[in-house]
Amino acid sequence: MIFETFPPALILLFAAFMAVISRPNARAIILLAAPLITLWAIWSLPDGVLITTRFLGYPIEPLEVSPIRRMFATVFTIMAFTGALFSFRTAKTAELGAAFAYASGAVGVSFAGDLITLFIWWEIMAIFSTIVVWCGGTEASRRAGIRYAMMHLLSGILLKIGIEGVYVHTGSLDIQAMLATNLDTWLILIGILINAAAPPFSAWLPDAYPETSPTGAVFLSAFTTKTAVLALILLFPGEQVLIWVGLYMIFYGIIYALLENDARRILAYSIINQVGFMVCAIGIGTELALNGAALHAFAHIIYKALLLMSAGVVLYRTGMRKCTDLGGLFRTMPVTCICGIIGALAISSFPLTSGYTTKTMISVAAEQQHLVFVWYMLAAASAGVFLHAGIKFPWFVFFQKDSGLRPKDAPWNMAAAMIFFAFLCIALGIYADPLYAMLPNDAIVPVYKPEKVVFYLQLLLFSGLAFFLLLNYMKRTLTITLDLDWIWRVAVFRAGDVVYDACTAARTAMEKTVMSFLKSGQESLDDLSERDGLILRATSATGLACLYAMVLLTLYILVYYLD
Amino acid sequence: MTLYDQLPALVVVVLLFTAPITYMLRLHGFPWFSAMAAVVTSFVVACSLAATTIGGETIIYEMGGWPAPYGIVLHIDALSALMAMLITGASSAALIFGAKSLADEVGEETAPAFFAAWLLCTAGLVGMVITGDAFNIFVFMEISSLSTYVLISAGPDRRALISTYRYIVMGTVGATFYLIGVGFLYMVTGTLNTADLAERVGQVEDIRLVLVAAGFVSVGLAIKAAVFPLHSWMPNAYTFAPNAVTVFIAAASTKVSLYVLMRVDYAIFQNSIANHDIQLTFFLVPLGVLALFAGSMLAIYEKNLKRLLAYSSVAQIGYIALGISMTSVAGLTGAIVHMFNHGLIKGGMFMAVACLALRYRTVNVANLAGAGKAMPWTMAAFVVGGLGLIGVPLTPGFISKWYLVLAALDEGWLGALLVAIILISSLLAVIYVWKAIEVAYFGEPRSNAVPVTEEAPLVMLIPTWIVVLAGIWIALDTSVTVGLASIAAKTLLGVEL
Repeated sequence: MIFETFPPALILLFAAFMAVISRPNARAIILLAAPLITLWAIWSLPDGVLITTRFLGYPIEPLEVSPIRRMFATVFTIMAFTGALFSFRTAKTAELGAAFAYASGAVGVSFAGDLITLFIWWEIMAIFSTIVVWCGGTEASRRAGIRYAMMHLLSGILLKIGIEGVYVHTGSLDIQAMLATNLDTWLILIGILINAAAPPFSAWLPDAYPETSPTGAVFLSAFTTKTAVLALILLFPGEQVLIWVGLYMIFYGIIYALLENDARRILAYSIINQVGFMVCAIGIGTELALNGAALHAFAHIIYKALLLMSAGVVLYRTGMRKCTDLGGLFRTMPVTCICGIIGALAISSFPLTSGYTTKTMISVAAEQQHLVFVWYMLAAASAGVFLHAGIKFPWFVFFQKDSGLRPKDAPWNMAAAMIFFAFLCIALGIYADPLYAMLPNDAIVPVYKPEKVVFYLQLLLFSGLAFFLLLNYMKRTLTITLDLDWIWRVAVFRAGDVVYDACTAARTAMEKTVMSFLKSGQESLDDLSERDGLILRATSATGLACLYAMVLLTLYILVYYLD
Repeated sequence: MTLYDQLPALVVVVLLFTAPITYMLRLHGFPWFSAMAAVVTSFVVACSLAATTIGGETIIYEMGGWPAPYGIVLHIDALSALMAMLITGASSAALIFGAKSLADEVGEETAPAFFAAWLLCTAGLVGMVITGDAFNIFVFMEISSLSTYVLISAGPDRRALISTYRYIVMGTVGATFYLIGVGFLYMVTGTLNTADLAERVGQVEDIRLVLVAAGFVSVGLAIKAAVFPLHSWMPNAYTFAPNAVTVFIAAASTKVSLYVLMRVDYAIFQNSIANHDIQLTFFLVPLGVLALFAGSMLAIYEKNLKRLLAYSSVAQIGYIALGISMTSVAGLTGAIVHMFNHGLIKGGMFMAVACLALRYRTVNVANLAGAGKAMPWTMAAFVVGGLGLIGVPLTPGFISKWYLVLAALDEGWLGALLVAIILISSLLAVIYVWKAIEVAYFGEPRSNAVPVTEEAPLVMLIPTWIVVLAGIWIALDTSVTVGLASIAAKTLLGVEL
C-alpha cells in the first residue's frame, strides 16, 4: 500500500498545482476530493519514522508520524476541505491554489521528522500564505503582504540559523524536546514564536489577515500560528518563558481587540489571544497541559475559521467590515448570524461548546502545578475573551443599531461550510471522546463537573452584564491603534532613507573633490564629448574608483607592515 | 597520445581557433552558429574534465611537452573544472538564448567581429581558470578584458561607449596591479609557475616585497571582481551591454577574478607568509560587509531593472568575499558554491530581463507594469531567480547561504556578527526583488503605454527555463556542485581529502 509511506503533504501540493491549471468544474472536484484523500492517507500511516533520506549530505526524515502530529495534520486537512467548500465559487484561482499549497506546508510541518524538513515546509508556508494575502487584491493587501512576507522570511532565517547552530554544536538534526539554553535554541524559539505571533512580533497578524479577501482570512487563521504551536509542543515543552509569553499574548489580544473597530481585525487579535492560551499551556509543560494545548488548537482552528467565515460572508455580501458601518444584519442573514454566535460561544468557552472542553483542560493544568497567578490570569482572560469576541463581534455586526443594510444570506456552499463547522463546535463540546482518542496519552480530566460549569457560567454571565452596562464605552469610533509594528512599518524605512541620503551625500562630496582635481582638464575633455559633461562625469567617477583602489592598497600594505 | 589526453588544452584551444574562423565567416547567421558550436563543444569538454576531477584528481598538462618550471602547464583540479563548467555553460546558454536578441542588437555588419570577440572572451576566462602559470593568467586576463570591452560597446545605447570607457580604465588598472604583483614575485623567486611559486616564495628572506606583491595582486583582482567599493565600472557595463552579453558576463566574468584571488591567496601567499589568513580576513571582511549593505541599498533605490540586478551582484559578491575571508573549509565551500549558484541565478534572471526588454523595449521597473499577466512564464522565471537571491529553500541560493552560515557559526563573535549581517542582507534582498515583482504583478500599466500581450518567443523562453530548472536541480542534488566545491576547498586549504 503506497499510502503507508507516502507524504500526505504532497497530495495537497499536487492538488494545488492541478487546481491552478484545471477548468472551474474540475477544480471544484479536485479541491474537495484532495483533502479527503489526504485525510485517508494520514490515517493510513502507521506511527514512527517512515522515510529516511539524505539532503545536503545530512540524514533527514521527511515523514515521521506520532499521534499528536497526526492530530494536527487531521485538523489542517479538515480545514483545507471546509475552506475549499467555503471559497471555491468565489475565490480567485490563484488564491485557492496558494491556499492549498499553504495547507500542504502545514501538513508537511506536522510530519517533519527533522529540523531541515521542518524548515523547508515552513518556508513553503511563508511563501504561499503571502500569496493568499496578496489575493486580497487591494493596495492595502499588497502592502500588508510584503510586510507579512518580510516577517515570515525573518522567522525562516532565524530558524535556519538556529538549526545550523544546533547541528554545529550537537551534531543532531532530530526534532526532540529542548530548552532555550543557548543562542542556537533561542534563535529556533524566536523563529517559531514569530510565526505564533508572539510579542514583539504580534502585529503582523492583525496587520495582514484583515486585508485578505473574504475567503483568504479563513485559510490564514488556521495554519501559520497552529503549526508554530505544534512546533513548540514538539521542541519546547515546559519552556518556562512560554508561560509569560503566552500570558502577554492573551492580554495583548484582548486589549487591542476591545479597542478595535474592524470586525475582522477583532477576530485577528483574538487569534493571538487564543494562541496565547496554547503557548502558556506549552510553557506549563505537563502532559495534561500539552494535551490541553493540542486540544485547544484543534478546537480553535474550527471555531476561529467559523467566526472568520461568518465575518467573511458579511464582507462578501456588504463589502463592509467596520463595526460602525454594520449592525442589524440578523434580520436577513439568520444562518450567518447563528453560526457566528455559535463560533462566538465556542471561543468564549461556553459550556457545551468545544472551547469549554479544551480551555478547562489548560486551566486545570495550571491549577495542578500550583501556578496560582497563572490560573487567575487565565480565568480573568476567559472573561475578557467573552467580552471582545464572544459578545462584541456578534453584537456589533448582527445586532446593535439597524444599519439599514439588507444583504442576502450566505450562498449555499458558504452556508454549508459554516453549518459543518458549527456542528463540529457543538458536537466536540458535548462528546469530545473522538478528540481524546487522538491524544498521545490519556492525561485528561473530566470537564463537566458542576462546580466548573457554574464557575464558567458565572464568569461569562457577569462579563456579559459588564459589556452591556458599559456599552457606551464599548462603542467603537474610527481610530487607529498604534502598535509595535510602527517600528518596521515606518521607522525602519525612514531610517533606511536617512542612511541612503547620508551615503549619497558623502559620495557626492567625494566626487566633487575629485572633480576639482580634474577641473583643469575640463575644456579639452568637453571637446571630446558630444554630451556636455558626460565624459567628465564618467571620468570623475572613475577617478574616484581609482582613488579607492589606491587607498585600499595603501591600507593593505600599511596593516601588513604594522604587524 | 589520444585525443582524451588533449582534453585540457582542447577546452580553450577550440575557442581560440574558432575565433578567427568566425571573423572570416561573412554569411548571415554563420558567425553565431560557429561561435555556438565552439562554446558548446568547450562546455562538453569542461564537463568531462569535471567528471575526472570530482574524485579529487588533478590534471597537469604540459603545453608543448615542456615540463613544469620551464614551460607553461595547465593545472586542472576540482575548482578549475567547476569554474570552466560555469564559464562555458554560461557562454553557451547566453549564446543560444541570445540568437534572436543579439541579431537585433548587434546587426549583420558587426556580427563576425562580435562573435569572434565572444569566443575570445570565453577563451580568456577559461584560460585564466585552467592555467598553472601566474603570468599566463595575466595574458588570458587581457584577452578576456579586451574582448569584453568589445562586447559591451556593442550595446545599442550610446551610453554603452561611456560604460566601456570606464570599464577599460578600471580594468586596466586592475590588470596592471596584478601584473605589478606578479612582477615582484618574479623578482624575488625567479619563477612564474604557480606551484613553483608557492614553494619558492616560502624561502624568500626579505618578506616585504612579497607583502607588497600580495597587496597589488589582491587589490587588482578585487577591482576586476567588482568588490565594493571598486565596483563602479560594473553596474553601467551590465546595464548598457547587449542583453545576452549581460547574461554571460554577469554569470561568469567577475567570478573568474575571485577564483584567481582565491588561488593566489591560498596557494601562494597563505603557505609562505605568516598570518596571511588574518590579513585576508582583515582585508575582505569589511569589504564584504560593506558590499552586502551598499549593494543591497543601491539595488533598493534603483529604477533600472538591469542596474538593480547589477547592484544585487555587488551584494552577492560580498557573500563570496565573506566566504573566502573565513579561511575554513565550510567558508570556502560556501564561497565556491555561491560563485557557481549565483552565476546560475543571475544568468537566469538577466535572461528573464532580456525577454522583458524584447517586448517592453525598456527595462525601467516602472514601465513593466502588467508583465505578470502579459508574460507569465518570463515573470515566473524571474520570481524563481529572485527567491534564489533571497535564499529560500529549494533554490540554489539556499545551499550556498547554508554553508556560509555554517562557516560563520564556527567563527565565534565575529561569526555571530556575520550571521546577523547575512540575515539582514537577506531581508534587504526581499525588498529589491519585491520591487520588480510588485510592479509586474500588481502595477497598473500606464495609459499611454503600448500594451504588451505577447509572451517572449520560445527560443528565448526555453533556454531561460533550462537555466532556472538547472538551478532547482542543483539545489536538490548538490552532489556535483558541493562535491566539487568541498574538494576544491580542501585542496586550497591543504586539508586531507
